[in-house]
Amino acid sequence: MSSTENSNNENNMEKKMQTTTPSSLASVANNREQRVPGTNLLGTGLETRGVHAWFGKKHVLSDVSLDFAAGTVTALIGPSGCGKSTYLRTLNRMHEFIPTAALAGEVLLDGQDIYAPGTDVTKIRLRVGMVFQKPNPFPSMTIGENVLSGLKLAQLKKSNTDELLESCLVRAGLWSEVKDRLGEHGGALSGGQQQRLCIARSLAVEPQVLLMDEPCSALDPGSTFRIEETISELAKSMTIVIVTHNMQQAARVSDYTAFFLSDGGPGVMVETAPTSKIFSSPTDKRTEDYVTGRFG
Amino acid sequence: MTQTTTPKPQTPWAVTIQQRLSTAGLITLGALLAGVAIKTTGLSGKLGFAAAFFFISTLLIFIQQFRLRDLAAAKDSLLSSLASLAIVLTLIPIISIVATVVGKGYKGIHFGMFTNDMTMASVNDPVNAGGLLHALVGTILMVGGALLVSFPIGLLTALYLTEIRGKLARPIKFLVQAMSGVPSIVAGLFILSILVIPVTQELNGLMGSLALSILMIPTIARTSEEMLLLIPNDLREAGVALGATQWRTVSGVVVPAAKSGLVTAVILGVARIIGETAPILLVSGGADALNLNPTSGAMGSLPFYIWKAFLTGGTEEAYARAWGGMLILLILIVVLFGLARYLSGRKVG
Repeated sequence: MSSTENSNNENNMEKKMQTTTPSSLASVANNREQRVPGTNLLGTGLETRGVHAWFGKKHVLSDVSLDFAAGTVTALIGPSGCGKSTYLRTLNRMHEFIPTAALAGEVLLDGQDIYAPGTDVTKIRLRVGMVFQKPNPFPSMTIGENVLSGLKLAQLKKSNTDELLESCLVRAGLWSEVKDRLGEHGGALSGGQQQRLCIARSLAVEPQVLLMDEPCSALDPGSTFRIEETISELAKSMTIVIVTHNMQQAARVSDYTAFFLSDGGPGVMVETAPTSKIFSSPTDKRTEDYVTGRFG
Repeated sequence: MTQTTTPKPQTPWAVTIQQRLSTAGLITLGALLAGVAIKTTGLSGKLGFAAAFFFISTLLIFIQQFRLRDLAAAKDSLLSSLASLAIVLTLIPIISIVATVVGKGYKGIHFGMFTNDMTMASVNDPVNAGGLLHALVGTILMVGGALLVSFPIGLLTALYLTEIRGKLARPIKFLVQAMSGVPSIVAGLFILSILVIPVTQELNGLMGSLALSILMIPTIARTSEEMLLLIPNDLREAGVALGATQWRTVSGVVVPAAKSGLVTAVILGVARIIGETAPILLVSGGADALNLNPTSGAMGSLPFYIWKAFLTGGTEEAYARAWGGMLILLILIVVLFGLARYLSGRKVG
């Protein structure tokens, strides 16, 4: 997938945002249940130190250092082409899936660099799961097989798979809708249900961290709402990093927000702060311009 | 409240009856003028009539369009005429082949042909003596053997090109394309010179299978490659992101998703070789008796049966057998292509 995530949908979404005042977004961020980092025992989380990324000779991401405390939700926002999706894909080594890709810097998972020589990349991706922009259930598998596909693909042995199947679907908020049709193909579901099926699929291998790359950009508002509920539920047991073009969504689901921007050169991380602060009193002028809809 | 009436559905853009009639009139006029041309000028015969008919009708329609509308419309009509001509030229040989084979072949069809071979029948015996069981079984065994060799090689080649995408992918893709143009007799000669003469020194069904594989591998590899390229990259990424190795992703996600396409590739590969004659003549021996062992002794096949009946028969009965064999072969190929279309049209599975 390319790093330039651009669709009319998102642009419309951003235009709509221009009518929203930052203070209203800040109040959205303040009005939901607050999570405090370090209060649960989910490991020490994920940190990046000076991450740069290239595609061929093109430098697309420059010097990003961010901490994702265990058990928190962090939103990555910024205009299209600012490198936030590329950055997300460096966090579970999906970046190297693109043939010309290159990287510098460190990504630490529980203090261990996931790019250190000798690291088993498949083990990293088991611990850091991913949900993609477009729902992509496996077409040759039934709903039930899709959820448990990670076990088969990664050759994990699990007893009581029925229990696991149910708990994953419950946590993804899909159980009640599909419990009687687990034998049907995943393609028979609506787009929003498919995306929740993909979330359930990534939960089955029990990741510590879940990366979400604009998980709602292809969905209607009702499905978006269901997925946001799911995210809040999941944040109790894992660390979530979500790329979104929808600032309302960032305000609703995230504890921390990081703003990315590219001025034509490589993308940089301009500012990171608790979400309510980003939307009420950002330190950087460019962040303020973006969250108030003056550009982007 | 006023009653609203639903208007009748209309197609104002459709060609009117008057327009159709005037075009039909012009074509009829073209046919008449062509007839006159045959009588009065040096043109003669069916071919002369067809050429004159096409030329005059096209000209008449061109003039009509130019008078009614403008030069652009007239040029447009010219293209339509040329396209119609091309369709007719394409269909003539196909329809003619099918009509000839069915028309002559049905006389050679009888129930006993599926239960008897040609050991006890000579060229002078009536058509319903003997049969082509040996040829049918030989074709099935040799094609089946070729499939067993070609499918794994073809699929793995396609996987190298689409999934591994190694440094050699481009030259290999080029070679596979070039290989699909290898003349079938060269495939036969190749097996003859590297296996039959130096090693086995015997013509048998296995040699036939191997020669056919050389023709089948490029077809299967290219079709499989196209089918695998249709699988969205999202699915590969989703598999890898779940902690699967590339091999597990390919075998667990990509290949199952492409299953119906791969079945199509196999069927197209079989259809490609089932009627091949030259390599079979060179390396499989060709027999009149049923032989179920591909590794020993000459083996018959449908193309060989047809070839032999035509070339060495010389009697009415032998010709009837040859046409009957051709009809059976044609039916087999039509069924295979139909199956391929049906399977590739299905979405999943």
